[in-house]
Amino acid sequence: MLNLIALAAGLIFGLGLILSGMANPAKVQGFLDITGLWDPSLAFVMGGAIGVASVFFALARRRNSTLLTHEAMQLPQNNRLDRPLIFGSLAFGTGWGLAGICPAPALVGLAMGELRIAVFVAAMFAGFALFGLLQRAKG
Amino acid sequence: MQIDLAHFTPWSALAGGALIGLAAGLLVLLAGRIAGISGILGGLFDARWRNAGERNWRLSFVLGLVLAPALWAAFATLPALTLVADWPVMLAAGLLVGIGTRYANGCTSGHGVCGLSRLSLRSLVAVLSFMGAGFVTVYVIRHAIA
Repeated sequence: MLNLIALAAGLIFGLGLILSGMANPAKVQGFLDITGLWDPSLAFVMGGAIGVASVFFALARRRNSTLLTHEAMQLPQNNRLDRPLIFGSLAFGTGWGLAGICPAPALVGLAMGELRIAVFVAAMFAGFALFGLLQRAKG
Repeated sequence: MQIDLAHFTPWSALAGGALIGLAAGLLVLLAGRIAGISGILGGLFDARWRNAGERNWRLSFVLGLVLAPALWAAFATLPALTLVADWPVMLAAGLLVGIGTRYANGCTSGHGVCGLSRLSLRSLVAVLSFMGAGFVTVYVIRHAIA
């Protein structure tokens, strides 16, 4: 059941990325170009997403168990404002601005046949693996 | 600042965003999982890979994501994508996105959509940080050094 829900969620998420324009790197960069010719569309993507998702999160918060998989409802508990959060986000934002691509649109864009995005995806996976190695080296 | 009216698409942006919110909402309410893509993918690169349950729902979500263009194409023409970076920049950007999102424990979906939807201050700080870095980066490459 969990896998079926995840598959459906991934499909709907992907369709949303295509419809919203978030899968298009030029549109993402157009949104980040606030001092130039600015395309505010992505603010509407975030507004639409948060408007709908916040209703579900409010419902989830009131429940002790998940609706279909009947597990204990566990929402993120980490509230720390620390250096990894800020420096990690700054690094992410720099890469996002350079290519106009973040993790989900990278996969969707590659699946749309933009083979040059494979370089981005491979480098992103290398980044994930590097993080794992650094964490393990730290002990 | 000047609004780019030729490319501004408020209705499809809002509708597509609502679909993204619906997907994240269904995943948390029905199954208690966070639709944070960097976290879902990152979980495939650490010890969670060896846990069949943790691995399989992540792979299912990713399968859904990559099947979405085929489902779209069965009913309508896929919109064209315009890339903005050549491959050395793609390489650098992918590395920064990969390592940055793991240290920050989230990206546009995990902190941006899910975190802001549950009013997390930690996620707000993350979103302000990566949006700020994105604004500065695009300013530099388009207006300062171009």
